[in-house]
Amino acid sequence: MATYLIRRLLIAIPSLLGISVILFTVLAMAPGDPFSEMATNPNVPPEVREALRASFGLNDPIMVRYLRWLSAMAQGDWGFSFASRINVDDLILQRLPTTLFVVGSSQILALCVALPVGIYAATRPYSVFDQIANTLAFVGFSLPTFFTGLLFILIFSVSLDWFPFVYRSDIAATGWRWYWEMFRQAIMPITVLGLFQAASYTRYVRSAVLDVIRLDYVTTARAKGLSERKVTLRHITRNALIPVVTLVALQMPAVFGGALVTEQIFRVPGIGSLLIDAILANDTPVIMAVTFVFSCLVVFFNLIADILYGWLDPRISFS
Amino acid sequence: MNEQEIRGLVADVKEGTLSRRSFIKRMAAVGIAAPLASQILAWNDVAMANATLDYKPTKAGGGGPLKMLLWQAPTLLNPHFASGTKDQIASRIFYEPLAGWDKEGNLIPQLAAEVPSKANGGLSEDGTVVVWKLKQGVKWHDGKPLTADDVVFTWEYAADPATAAYTTGAYKDIKVEKVDDFTVKVVFAEPTPFWADPFVGVAGMIIPKHHFGEYKGAKSREAPANLKPVGTGPYKFAEFKPGDILTGTRNENYHVANRPHFDTLEVKGGGDAVSAARAVLQTGEYDYAWNLQVEDEVLKRMETGGRGRISAVPSGDIEFIILNTTDPWTEVDGERSSVKTKHPTLSDPAVRQAINLLIDRDSIQKFIYGRGGTATASFVNEPKQFKSPKLKYEFNIDKANKILEEAGWKKGWGGVREKDGKKLKYVFQTSINAPRQKVQAIVKQACQRAGIDLELKSVTASVFFSSDVANPDTYTKLYVDMEMYTTTQPQPDPERFLNQFVSWEIANKENKWLGRNVSRYSDPAADEAYKAAQKELDPAKRAALLIKVNEIFCEANVILPILSRTRVAASTTNLSHDHSGWDVDSWNIAAWYRS
Repeated sequence: MATYLIRRLLIAIPSLLGISVILFTVLAMAPGDPFSEMATNPNVPPEVREALRASFGLNDPIMVRYLRWLSAMAQGDWGFSFASRINVDDLILQRLPTTLFVVGSSQILALCVALPVGIYAATRPYSVFDQIANTLAFVGFSLPTFFTGLLFILIFSVSLDWFPFVYRSDIAATGWRWYWEMFRQAIMPITVLGLFQAASYTRYVRSAVLDVIRLDYVTTARAKGLSERKVTLRHITRNALIPVVTLVALQMPAVFGGALVTEQIFRVPGIGSLLIDAILANDTPVIMAVTFVFSCLVVFFNLIADILYGWLDPRISFS
Repeated sequence: MNEQEIRGLVADVKEGTLSRRSFIKRMAAVGIAAPLASQILAWNDVAMANATLDYKPTKAGGGGPLKMLLWQAPTLLNPHFASGTKDQIASRIFYEPLAGWDKEGNLIPQLAAEVPSKANGGLSEDGTVVVWKLKQGVKWHDGKPLTADDVVFTWEYAADPATAAYTTGAYKDIKVEKVDDFTVKVVFAEPTPFWADPFVGVAGMIIPKHHFGEYKGAKSREAPANLKPVGTGPYKFAEFKPGDILTGTRNENYHVANRPHFDTLEVKGGGDAVSAARAVLQTGEYDYAWNLQVEDEVLKRMETGGRGRISAVPSGDIEFIILNTTDPWTEVDGERSSVKTKHPTLSDPAVRQAINLLIDRDSIQKFIYGRGGTATASFVNEPKQFKSPKLKYEFNIDKANKILEEAGWKKGWGGVREKDGKKLKYVFQTSINAPRQKVQAIVKQACQRAGIDLELKSVTASVFFSSDVANPDTYTKLYVDMEMYTTTQPQPDPERFLNQFVSWEIANKENKWLGRNVSRYSDPAADEAYKAAQKELDPAKRAALLIKVNEIFCEANVILPILSRTRVAASTTNLSHDHSGWDVDSWNIAAWYRS
């Protein structure tokens, strides 16, 4: 086990380096520069733009810039944002709590919906409940979040006036009022994201349970005279959830990465909207940091998923 | 309008037979922007007017929260690093310049005790010295007094190239001296007719020496005050999350009595313009939203709810088309569109004149921009009362056809006109932006009916407006036959704005396409008039010279102005606000109130 872990971690290093090289080159070759806003303004002499480019090191060859970035990153210096001129790690840390709260809650909501619905539907395949659940799941993941998001805003904010559609990271209230305001502003983005995720989870859970439910040991359990409830929960679900657990583990990086579109629609100040703003402003250090952290998380959670798999399913061994 | 006429009008204002307002309107009609018109009056010792918001509340505070929504979020709060309008708006809440511009282009003192004039000894006869008297009793948010040292320091800070300040253009060629604790002297290297640039408006915000003193030059990025501003403004800094939210609280020691009205201030960022308009006009979640580049139809629909309203103020921004008189399809010495080449067909003035007749400016204004712009034929102008005796626009397909016919361009195969085997086929480029694509389509349709074939091209804005030397699609490269964009006249000085019409600013490979003259067209008469205007101290003469530069380019049909843009903002119905097209939206935020 220990050797397996070490081997995997060692393999991760070259792959992360490879990812960073590709990211950096693509970003360096992408058109546009962070000072485009100054371009049409006659008040800014062209020399100022040139001086800024030089001081941010944008005129150096790509290789030099990459090595500079890599050595700084290795020492824990993530660089600073061209747009706000503050350190990138501060920017990311400011955005992290909101993203974790909104995307994390939506994942929990998705599981709370998907698990019972998926299991119940699979135990009664092709019943009315299963048909309805299937249809809804299909509709759910066919509708993109930017559509449901706008629909929610039109219904609940503009027509009914129930919820605000601008998310604020600091609410000027304390005690119960704070929780109430937080709930009011978070419910729409969480629901939009959660239901979308729930739709695809439901289909996974259902098919995983269906695979298991026909196996011989389930029949044996029933033959022993165990109650249906016990058979479903103890014998079917536990085994059926192995692929689902992997799936959820692989989703975890997304919780940190935020939700690009939904964050933009509801103005949730998370990592996703930070990334979009950075891309629009050609703020390379921020784009680089966010995407790189994201790829580290993907590599890391892949490892976790593999280990979990072995732990849940004794047939798999790492030696 | 010539110099004598302007002089006559000034005399009329002095005698009182002509009102200030009508003088400014008359000037606007001949293409002299309001601020310059005001300066003409100031030079002639007619007191500056004031078009600021009338402040009604009788005590400071008690207004509750003021919530602004900027759909582009502010990312930094140092006014001298603020490259985008969003950052300038955010910085202006905490910092103030010596004077700002109101919506009619009048100079309004903010940290200055008065606006310098010849009468009060603030302006020297030779136009090289401006003396500013500071308002006394102004305190920084940390309680220290504002003095001339801070003003001098602001100059040192911004003028230092190592600071890499965005405002450096206003400061690098001047000298600033402290006369006494509350007087500073600005010395220009040359006679400068437009002196109200350093310490004024967007570029002029004064920063405290005791917070930035150690962070001048290369260390500028490290100053803690970059993110925690300490200024003199009506609101004190509370919290800032770049790209997300900015909050402030009322400054109890603000230097204007009974102001500000609101207790707290919140600036939220992010999202897009349409949903920002919705949050103000439809749901009322926010009080104010800026820069709503949204089709007017959409805004009108949102306004029907009665919760909010739209306000539009004139600005110096102009949407225009450039016709390329150089050849964009032949490479000479490593660059296309080189001045050494001549466009095979667009170098014919008749063709350019015909194209100018094929732009349906009235429809563009009516159906696309609405309150967002006013159709115009002049490059420099104040929109509302535009009626130039000289520059006029017309939409006339028959006339265009006739001109082309007379110039020998005959319709050939497929209805496209040609002469000596050269066809009137052009590539028309602009940035990706819904209204612009519609304008492209309108122009294309009209040109088709006159036998001119346009191929439309649109480029992502971040590429189009970039200074990327390697990219062929930037607007300064002009590797097409025609292109359209908006250029801003950020400060009300048409002189610097008009440097896009002089021969030594032509964008080319040598200056890495950073030159301001994108059209590549030049005319010795325009150069001469421009150079004369730079030295001319008499505002009336100077104005006449600058008008000439403008007219030369518009009459040559190289520059085809389309719309003079307005700044559009939305507010809730009970908010009284004061935004200006010559300054940032928050320039007079101390006077905003809710009734």
